[in-house]
Amino acid sequence: MEQQQTQDQAPRGGLSHSGMDAIASVVIFLIGVVMMIDNYKLGAGWASDGPESGYFPLRIGAILCIASVVVLLKSLFGKARKHEIFVSWKRFKLVLMVLLPTGVYVLAIQFLGIYVASALFIAAFMRVMDKYSWLKTLLVSVAVSVALYWMFEVQFMVPLPKGPLEALLGF
Amino acid sequence: MEELEALFQGFALALSWYNIGMMAIGIVLGIVIGVLPGLGGPNGVAILLPLTFTMPPTSAIIMLSCIYWGTLFAGAITSVLFNIPGETHSVATTFDGYPLAQQGKAGEALTAAFTGSFIGALVAVLLITFLAPLVAKFALKFGPPEFFAVYLLTFCSFVGTGKDPFKNIISMMLGFGLAAIGMDTVSGELRMTFGWSELLRGVDFLIVVIGLFGVGEILISMEEGLAFDGKSAKINAKVVLETWKKLPRYWLTLIRSSIIGCWMGITPGGATAASFMGYGIAKRFSKDGDKFGSGMLEGVIAPETAAHASGTAALLPMLALGIPGSATAAVLLGGLMIWGLQPGPLLFVEQKDFVWGLIASMYLSNIAGLIIVLSTVPLFAAILRIPFSIIAPIIIVVCAIGAYSVHSAMLDIWFMVLFGMVGYLLKKLDYPLAPLVLSLVLGDRAEAAFRQAMMGSKGAMEIFWSNSLVGSITTVALLMLVWPVLSFAWSKLGQLRSAGGSR
Repeated sequence: MEQQQTQDQAPRGGLSHSGMDAIASVVIFLIGVVMMIDNYKLGAGWASDGPESGYFPLRIGAILCIASVVVLLKSLFGKARKHEIFVSWKRFKLVLMVLLPTGVYVLAIQFLGIYVASALFIAAFMRVMDKYSWLKTLLVSVAVSVALYWMFEVQFMVPLPKGPLEALLGF
Repeated sequence: MEELEALFQGFALALSWYNIGMMAIGIVLGIVIGVLPGLGGPNGVAILLPLTFTMPPTSAIIMLSCIYWGTLFAGAITSVLFNIPGETHSVATTFDGYPLAQQGKAGEALTAAFTGSFIGALVAVLLITFLAPLVAKFALKFGPPEFFAVYLLTFCSFVGTGKDPFKNIISMMLGFGLAAIGMDTVSGELRMTFGWSELLRGVDFLIVVIGLFGVGEILISMEEGLAFDGKSAKINAKVVLETWKKLPRYWLTLIRSSIIGCWMGITPGGATAASFMGYGIAKRFSKDGDKFGSGMLEGVIAPETAAHASGTAALLPMLALGIPGSATAAVLLGGLMIWGLQPGPLLFVEQKDFVWGLIASMYLSNIAGLIIVLSTVPLFAAILRIPFSIIAPIIIVVCAIGAYSVHSAMLDIWFMVLFGMVGYLLKKLDYPLAPLVLSLVLGDRAEAAFRQAMMGSKGAMEIFWSNSLVGSITTVALLMLVWPVLSFAWSKLGQLRSAGGSR
């Protein structure tokens, strides 16, 4: 149903704003259903001493489902539908330019420790987005990592994940 | 005058060098956080919260609340100089603030904004000083049914705010759902962990806040491709004094906005709604109303005063009842629980030092904040000129560290990224995020209150109407819930009638 909707409304094949709204409301509906099923299994009725564990969340899930149906109907048939594209590919590429490196960065923290990974992450951004000189890139990225180390490990004594480099330096 | 005595004790506590230092650090950090895109009150406080685990609670709350004041002050800087509201509550400040900056009067606009903020905050703090103990004393009589009724009132009054009440409800219910994940606080049973042991301890609200507000905001600003080219601000003693001379003229606006702000802060209308209302009402009642938008000093004062008053007043229900009036106050409330304090009316009895130290620090830190912002605006404006390619990764790094340090868990960083994406989507689809945070923080407590009430009444809903107090709160809450429907029907009826009359 959303498929048809988006084809009808969206100019030049992109996903329209209200189309996205509809999809999101379907997802939210499903979340509500999952909540209701899981809590029903747990017991959503009355025990001898009061409501069971699933009593409250089951009802939350039910409200979630009802509200999402209203939002779905509004996004499909409402008067205030927004027909413009949800996000153009050109602008979404910018979002991915942050999102994908962030994923790689979080992965890198596991192997390199947070300080090395952060320095590399900042350096990559500076080189790729604005093409800073290597010297500037190196200065900023290392300085930020050192400053973070000083603030978190030295000042507030919050241990953060460390990797092989820190082990080599004996921290 | 029991309150005054307690307040002076609070001053004695807050005036230690350590606490004054924390105040200054908090305000400076808060302004930086407020000026930077992607960082704001809720997630700024959330990121720094883990750093305070080892601090004495009073110092910790002083620093974190100062971060909050700092972000409130900072909203005006970006709005006036860059025409970019750093926080949603400063959107209304751009209407007249930026035109003033274009005319070269940025210094005047900023001085007016900061001073207005200061006055708004002062009124709200006075209100907290005298009203909060009374509210708390009254609330000591509350049992579980009364508490649940107050929670219900909080949540129901949120429904009517914003564009789409159903999206408010969804956002709120998602928060409740997230809060329910993990061990059930009453029976100890596991809920919605789907056999995943990592979910045992639940989803921490700090992670959700950092993801939704921090990473989500970065994604949004990246997509919108913000370019910062701001006006420069020249603030010196002469400009400040000359602007101050003009301010008494706007006393009525100041008072009006302070009242609006306090009201919107105590009821969870929020600073954003307060600033728009402050601006709108000032425009309607000012004799220069038609010139609003072209650079009127009054148009800067009105929203800023209301926003700051509301942001400050949001701490009143948090302290007296354990119910936060804004997203940032919700995060602060979560902090209380982490430091081992039980939020609620008993706080005023059991943690006198903590409560009055915080209230005293509000007076001091708003004075300190005013001095700091007035003297250092150019410095903070310079932060915005740092290119996005440097600022964006640094903010993500800081968010990741903040998320990790809550439980020292790698998985939390992944959750942060996930909630960043969710936040981006929800924000683009006009889902408000504040109700989600509120219900996430309060979810377990609201549920516990509900279940305890039910245990007492053996399942009869009549307990919520068992005496006049709980009955009236519950009724008001339900009225608030159906308010959008009623007002919609009312306007439809009005339309029909006028259509009928013209025929």
